[in-house]
Amino acid sequence: MIKVENLHKHFGKLEVLKGIDYEINEKEVVCVIGPSGSGKSTFLRCLNLLEEVTDGAIYIEGVKINDPKTNINDIRTEVGMVFQQFNLFPHMTVLDNIMMAPMQVRKLKKADAEKLALDLLDKVGLRAKADNFPQQLSGGQQQRVAIARALAMKPKIMLFDEPTSALDPEMVNEVLDVMKDLAKEGMTMVVVTHEMGFAREVGDRVLFMDGGYIVEEGHPDDVFGNPQNERTKAFLGKVLK
Amino acid sequence: MELFDFFRWDIIWNYRELYLKGIWATIVLTLSGYLGGVFFGLFLGLGQVSKKKWIYWPCKIYVDVFRGTPMLVQLLLIHLAVIPTIFGQSMGWWVSGIVGLILNSAAYNAEIFRAGIQSIDKGQMEAARSLGLTHTQAMRKVILPQAFRRMIPPLGNEFIALLKDSSLVTVIAGAEILYVSKVVAGTYQRFWEPYLFAAFLYLVLTYLVTKLIAVVEKRVSIDYNPRKKKGRAET
Repeated sequence: MIKVENLHKHFGKLEVLKGIDYEINEKEVVCVIGPSGSGKSTFLRCLNLLEEVTDGAIYIEGVKINDPKTNINDIRTEVGMVFQQFNLFPHMTVLDNIMMAPMQVRKLKKADAEKLALDLLDKVGLRAKADNFPQQLSGGQQQRVAIARALAMKPKIMLFDEPTSALDPEMVNEVLDVMKDLAKEGMTMVVVTHEMGFAREVGDRVLFMDGGYIVEEGHPDDVFGNPQNERTKAFLGKVLK
Repeated sequence: MELFDFFRWDIIWNYRELYLKGIWATIVLTLSGYLGGVFFGLFLGLGQVSKKKWIYWPCKIYVDVFRGTPMLVQLLLIHLAVIPTIFGQSMGWWVSGIVGLILNSAAYNAEIFRAGIQSIDKGQMEAARSLGLTHTQAMRKVILPQAFRRMIPPLGNEFIALLKDSSLVTVIAGAEILYVSKVVAGTYQRFWEPYLFAAFLYLVLTYLVTKLIAVVEKRVSIDYNPRKKKGRAET
């Protein structure tokens, strides 16, 4: 479903991704772990071209997305994204946050968009907050709204960029639970995370990145239980107690 | 009171009709200059945040030139050089004055729009684009509505500044408040009355505008508060 070939990304002279090759199948949940500065967020952001690709190719369902002829807006409607800082629109109610893109991009009628948004709010357990503004919600609630907003476009792939890193500890689980439900429903997911428990439990595969490379990848039981690479071992030694 | 004996109210009173015309001229010059300036300023401001060089540079140069030269010079150039060259004759101070105020105010408003747009967290644009919105849709639906709220105080300041700067139209014989005062001063060879009265008129006008801006600011800030939508069944 996603195929990455020899992906390079430079920020000026700094090379953040130094040749990534990877393939993600439909309905797979891939968790990307690694120390900060390893390039894992950049890798994720390349997958919907929030970062311009310096070299290499990314295919989503066979379409090369970093081809100048590809309409990136069409690709992005199929690829939902959830950010560390939620990035909800503060001038819109929760409901409007979710309805906006389906109405603007998919040209849904208002009534249909509203029904869709309310259904999604049911799904994340926040229907009661439909008429509130984002800043009246807790961090965990905001992130659940952000997930609902991304789902409103009915994407085939969901990207999560450290979705729980900005949350107070007691709110992490409510967000992870929503993500677990999504995984169970068969959503293809790429999750950059520091939640090793989540990666282990929900991930079909775990990808350890360091220094702009994929250092190690495999089934979570293997990567966590029996890491092969020294850097993986050192990293896991620090984060798992 | 000595001072009030000295102050000859009759001078102002005798010229009341001219003063009324002057006030009217000041209001029309300011309003049309400002509205035109906001309109063109928005496009210049958007141009200044564009990544396309052929859009960015002309906008940037325009803003730098008009902010970097005195409006007095701009007005004289437009009235005496630019317009006569283009149209073969002067079009009168109304046209020159309004054009000058629009062009100048556009440059200042452009900076307000640019700063307002750039003050919005870039995560907002990323979130909007990641949902499949085009750059234009994201600007219209997400960035500009937020930016406008932040722009209201500086846009208000710009309005007041322009109101006062409209007095510069005097140099091209525009019959606004200051020009009328000059006429009165010249006729009577008295200076306290006409110029003090001019200052007083500007003070009243800026005071009214300040009040108006406060009302606008208050109305816009309500939007962030919760409101219940009607007509949707609670389930």
